Amino acid sequence: MFAQLGAAIAAVMLLSGPALAEGKLTDPQIAHIAYAAGNIDIAAAKQALTKASNKDVKAFAEGMVRDHEAVNKQALDLVKKLNVAPEDNDTSKALSKQAADKLAELGKLSGAAFDKAYVANEVAYHKTVNGALETKLIPSASNAELKSLLQTGLKMFQGHEQHAERVAAGLK
Amino acid sequence: MQPGRLRLIAGVLALVAMAVPAHAATITVVMENLEISPAEATAKVGDTIELVNRDVIAHTATAKNGDFDVMMPPKKTVTYVLRKAGTVDYYCRFHPNMKAVLKIGGEPSR
Ligand SMILES: [Cu+2]
Repeated sequence: MFAQLGAAIAAVMLLSGPALAEGKLTDPQIAHIAYAAGNIDIAAAKQALTKASNKDVKAFAEGMVRDHEAVNKQALDLVKKLNVAPEDNDTSKALSKQAADKLAELGKLSGAAFDKAYVANEVAYHKTVNGALETKLIPSASNAELKSLLQTGLKMFQGHEQHAERVAAGLK
Repeated sequence: MQPGRLRLIAGVLALVAMAVPAHAATITVVMENLEISPAEATAKVGDTIELVNRDVIAHTATAKNGDFDVMMPPKKTVTYVLRKAGTVDYYCRFHPNMKAVLKIGGEPSR
């Protein structure tokens, strides 16, 4: 519990910390953060598909792969159309580093303990990304199409958060 | 054509007309950018609900009371015939923040 809370707080701090405070994010940076956020959830879901035992947890993980792959493909298409090169930055690097640590941590668990920890982290992770989308990424985006894709992305992440909460409630 | 034959055809046509409700309506519900519109739709038993998914991700139309659970693949339209009356709250199982209401009247459309 403390570890999860700690991870969530660390992520919120990353997303609202110095990297973002220094100046307005550019569209290429925003696109890259959003894309990385989707990829992180795909990697977590793929790990869950090899380790989860509960059928609702498996179905949830399948949904995460399906949705995030579809939306990330849209993001790539948009990036191509706008002719911007996604730009790695401190925020996306920190997010990826933190996600790698989480994968390693969850990798040590198995059975029902894994299922619970994965779903709890999904709730926390989607909450973090929702906060970043609402307070940083969407307000900073200048291109209208990018902004609208992020707004749809926010609704999807909010939906996933509620879905994860339902799955978590079913595990108790 | 013989008169008897004509009467037979007319009789068959009349039977077909009785079997199919004359004006069963089709109600269209669209899911786009993770929003359901209209948020509230009205229909009658026997009507067809046409579910249009304009998103690149799959949704479902799932009745809270268990009356229906329809899969909606990305960029596809599916139809479902309403069999039971009632005011039904429905949502998407994959994105439970997507919610709407369907009011299904008991008297079939005529
Ligand atoms: Cu949905």
